Amino acid sequence: MDIVKILIDAGRAAVGVPAAAYALSAMGLNLQFGYTGLLNFGHVASMLVGAYGMAITVDRGGPLWLGVIVGILFALILGLLLGIPTLRLRADYLAIVTIATGEILRLVARSSWAAPVTKGIFGIQRFADDFFALNPIPGGLYGIGRFRFDERTVWVMMLGWGLVGLTVLFMWKLTRSPWGRAIRAIRDDEDAALSLGKNVFAYKLQSLMVGGAIGALAGMFLAIDQQNVTPDAYLPLLTFYAFTIVILGGPGTLIGPITGSMIFWFLFEFIGGLMSAIIVDLEAISVLDATDVGPIRFALFGFGLMWLMIFRPQGIFGKKEEMLIDG
Amino acid sequence: MASDMMSGIAHEPGVRKPDPILVVDSLRRSFGGLKAVDVDHLEIQRGTITSLIGPNGAGKTTLFNLLTGFDKPENGSWHLNGGDLVGIASFRVARKGVVRTFQLTKSLSRLTVLENMLVAAKDQIGESFWGALFGRWRAIEAVNEARAVEALERFGMAHMAGEYAGSLSGGQRKLLEMARALMVDPEVIMLDEPMAGVNPALTQTLLGHISSLRDEGKTIVFVEHDMDVVQEISQWVVVMSQGRVIAEGPPLSIAKNHEVIDAYLGLHHGEKP
Repeated sequence: MDIVKILIDAGRAAVGVPAAAYALSAMGLNLQFGYTGLLNFGHVASMLVGAYGMAITVDRGGPLWLGVIVGILFALILGLLLGIPTLRLRADYLAIVTIATGEILRLVARSSWAAPVTKGIFGIQRFADDFFALNPIPGGLYGIGRFRFDERTVWVMMLGWGLVGLTVLFMWKLTRSPWGRAIRAIRDDEDAALSLGKNVFAYKLQSLMVGGAIGALAGMFLAIDQQNVTPDAYLPLLTFYAFTIVILGGPGTLIGPITGSMIFWFLFEFIGGLMSAIIVDLEAISVLDATDVGPIRFALFGFGLMWLMIFRPQGIFGKKEEMLIDG
Repeated sequence: MASDMMSGIAHEPGVRKPDPILVVDSLRRSFGGLKAVDVDHLEIQRGTITSLIGPNGAGKTTLFNLLTGFDKPENGSWHLNGGDLVGIASFRVARKGVVRTFQLTKSLSRLTVLENMLVAAKDQIGESFWGALFGRWRAIEAVNEARAVEALERFGMAHMAGEYAGSLSGGQRKLLEMARALMVDPEVIMLDEPMAGVNPALTQTLLGHISSLRDEGKTIVFVEHDMDVVQEISQWVVVMSQGRVIAEGPPLSIAKNHEVIDAYLGLHHGEKP
């Protein structure tokens, strides 16, 4: 068993493409859940409409940049359509409607009825050639020792972490402003915010839409990396990954989603590598074989998250005082 | 002087006042078969402290909810300074100058005391989405902050400005809620049982603050159970029972009113009225 190799692979995952994508996605969810208190259980839907909006536009002959704009517009419209009927109701209704919407959109995208546009279960491929054609990085491997990435991955990582950086700036500007204070007030007590003259519905709608647009960026970024959108990539699990990351990093904090995502992917890869080494390479546990690595990785990962919630319920960067305060 | 204003007004339900700021007409709200509020006519005199009393379930809080847009009546109308308030959303009612507090104190617990104050300030362009991103809101913020600190000093809470509101005691939360309401710069302050669960010393402090707000020209309507408190502070008392206004008058006349005693103690409490 090569523990150094396992650690390096986990380190690569912590700065890799999925870590950037989920950091971005979690930042969108953090605006909705961490700052505004909206229980959006269908965050994956905004990733889906973003990716599909972009892929369909390019598939129909449009340029990639237009696809990106369409993807963001789709997410804004989704937020508007979801928010108008649900945001005046209690928080749990939003949760029910959003989780259903995510699944409905996925099922529509894979249906034969929508196949002329979405290409059904096979999805749409190779729509980001324009982006890869722009790659200025010469071929080769970059990094130190085994901690290395090829030129394609480096280019995608530059895009991903660049987007994360810009989104942090945007979120910083937004959440440190009186607007950010108003949405936190709404999170703490809607009626109090109303009694102080805040248009709670408008704030919640804005938060849902803007968070969704950030989610769409994450969806588009993942799709660009894979040059592929297929409906079954957008399972509800993606929403729960994003929730895990937000809570891990500390809800309502600026860089919580980023560190949360890095820790999430580091642990995920590390536990997988370790289990694989113990079970497959060492054959240390005779009743387990290679097919058990996946499930055990998830079980241990879940156990680790429980442990964290017990000993650090406010997340990595959350403030303990905030956590101790009741509702 | 405030009580002079009220002299010469008949002591009867629905009586006209010389300079009403709030006027309510035929306001009805029922829950199922129960008539929670059924007020034919009620006027609130500007610049006075009006106490709203009545037994539990008399409809006091429901009346508050209706007047501030937190609930909708079956019918009726109500006006602020002559302007119609019917169908106006609660947050707009607040912006028009009627701020209410809640029976169960609603502090914004994960905001600091200062943030609680600042969030209540009006006309901050940084509170709009685009204003937050591109507006020059910091100058307004500085002005608001000065106002907030001044109000906190007045309520003896300036030293707690940086603490989370959720870490305050019950009494401190009541003070914060009152101070916060002032940041909206209201004309009418509606306090729903501000003394509930507050120790006697703090009750006196709160009463002092309420009186001084009246002296600055604010109109105060508050729900209270304690008759001693009502006697001490209010110029006018409105008594509700089963949704209706059954009596109105200055505190001393109310204390002697048979209908009021009946409403509180039940009709058969001894001698016939």
